[in-house]
Amino acid sequence: MYPDDLKYSKEHEWVRVDGNIAEIGVTVFAQDSLGDVVFVELPEVGTKIRQFDKFGEIESVKAVSDLYSPVGGTVIEVNSNTVDSPETVNDDPYGRGWLIKVELADIGQLDALMDSETYESSLE
Amino acid sequence: MTDEKLKKTALHATHVAAGARMVPFSGWDMPVQYPAGIIAEVNAVRNSAGIFDVSHMQRLIFEGPGTEAYLGIILSANMPAIKIGRSKYNFICNERGGIIDDALVYRTAEHRYLLVINAGNTTVDRRWLEAHKSGLAALTKDPEFSVSIVTDETAMIAIQGPSAVAIVDGLTGGEASKIRKFRIGRMHVAGIDATLARTGYTGEDGFEIIVPAEQGLKLWSLLKDAGAVECGLGARDVLRLEAGLPLHGNDLSTGTNPFEAGFDRFAYFEGPGCIAADALRRISKTEQKRQLVGFKMIGRGIPRAGLKIFAPSANTDGEKPNVIGTVTSGTHSPTVDGGIGMGYVEKKYADTGSHIVIDVRGRPIEAEIVEMPFYKREQAADSAV
Repeated sequence: MYPDDLKYSKEHEWVRVDGNIAEIGVTVFAQDSLGDVVFVELPEVGTKIRQFDKFGEIESVKAVSDLYSPVGGTVIEVNSNTVDSPETVNDDPYGRGWLIKVELADIGQLDALMDSETYESSLE
Repeated sequence: MTDEKLKKTALHATHVAAGARMVPFSGWDMPVQYPAGIIAEVNAVRNSAGIFDVSHMQRLIFEGPGTEAYLGIILSANMPAIKIGRSKYNFICNERGGIIDDALVYRTAEHRYLLVINAGNTTVDRRWLEAHKSGLAALTKDPEFSVSIVTDETAMIAIQGPSAVAIVDGLTGGEASKIRKFRIGRMHVAGIDATLARTGYTGEDGFEIIVPAEQGLKLWSLLKDAGAVECGLGARDVLRLEAGLPLHGNDLSTGTNPFEAGFDRFAYFEGPGCIAADALRRISKTEQKRQLVGFKMIGRGIPRAGLKIFAPSANTDGEKPNVIGTVTSGTHSPTVDGGIGMGYVEKKYADTGSHIVIDVRGRPIEAEIVEMPFYKREQAADSAV
């Protein structure tokens, strides 16, 4: 449910780091709490975001939630697949349901995030 | 997680066991969705049949010779015109014509009526009902009547969808379908003494079935075994909005009147002693400043209750957007496949086909005013009964 190679924020986003590129999405817990995801609003490529700031919105049938970036940096790619088919976030939250890719401003920011074990225990 | 003060319906344990997500709703701990999710539940009701625990709806039985005169004081319904076995949608309005609640009244016998009101308005409704008994003696020689609140001793289950009637027919030896739309009858459902109303809140055919509380679980299981899908309040809200049905607390309130909400035909005020008569008569003769409309999103975005409505950009001249109304209900509709909503807008912007702009948390998104309902079941050929 919470892969070991990811880092997690208390707002239920995950980040997968490859060099200085961070891929960001929402966790299984988040998509399950939301229910059927029907709308995703994401920033444009080139947008600069700060760690833990709002970068978009995700909506289920019932409610809207803000998305908070687990890391700061510049948005270099947006997953249009989740914009066109928001249910992808439910179907594959750690894979095809990723949301944005960010060029990391400061790799040290990862220290403020949780590993999978700590995140999972925070849910109990 | 569960709040001890919340009331539980007779079906509470079965919702929890099925993995439903429970939420507080009008003082009750109710299922908002089952594991399949709201979209799957909505689709089940549109394509086959869904079941809803609506036991939280308040059920009151009025009985006695004074009942009609009394309900005529309170409700915006022409009581003498309701024949035995029929129902009428109506409003409980205050002296200013504001809507305290909307209700369904069913006449089950000569001087016997069932009134179903919203769970969230239970206290205010009861206070209102109690406060207006005094005027009755002047209206009738025989003002005697009794009220019993049967909410806790009964369960109410709605079964809705294109196969709903066939499912209930299967449990009644084909008797259920003899009850025509908007009518009510009493019969045994698989041996359970039941009151069946052919009404609902989804835009689909079906029944709302009232049984003794201790029989609720048996009926729920039988309907489920017959193929009906468990649905929660989340699906119910989407379905009623798709069907253009208002929700009190969102689209109707004491701050709105039946005429601006477009429900003139359910606002009868000619009955003797009707509390709201003067106000409703005056309002009916006044041009309304605003109107409840339905709209579909054109741009990307989902409308939600409370969002502001702006005039179309052509009318703003680049100035600050002109607020012309407020969204009262909104959702993503799986059936229409897009964002739909209801809201009050100034009359001059309320024409069907007009464009409006919804302020989706700072993003102005265009929408078009459309006729409601957003979804209407194609009329099936009337089955031979």
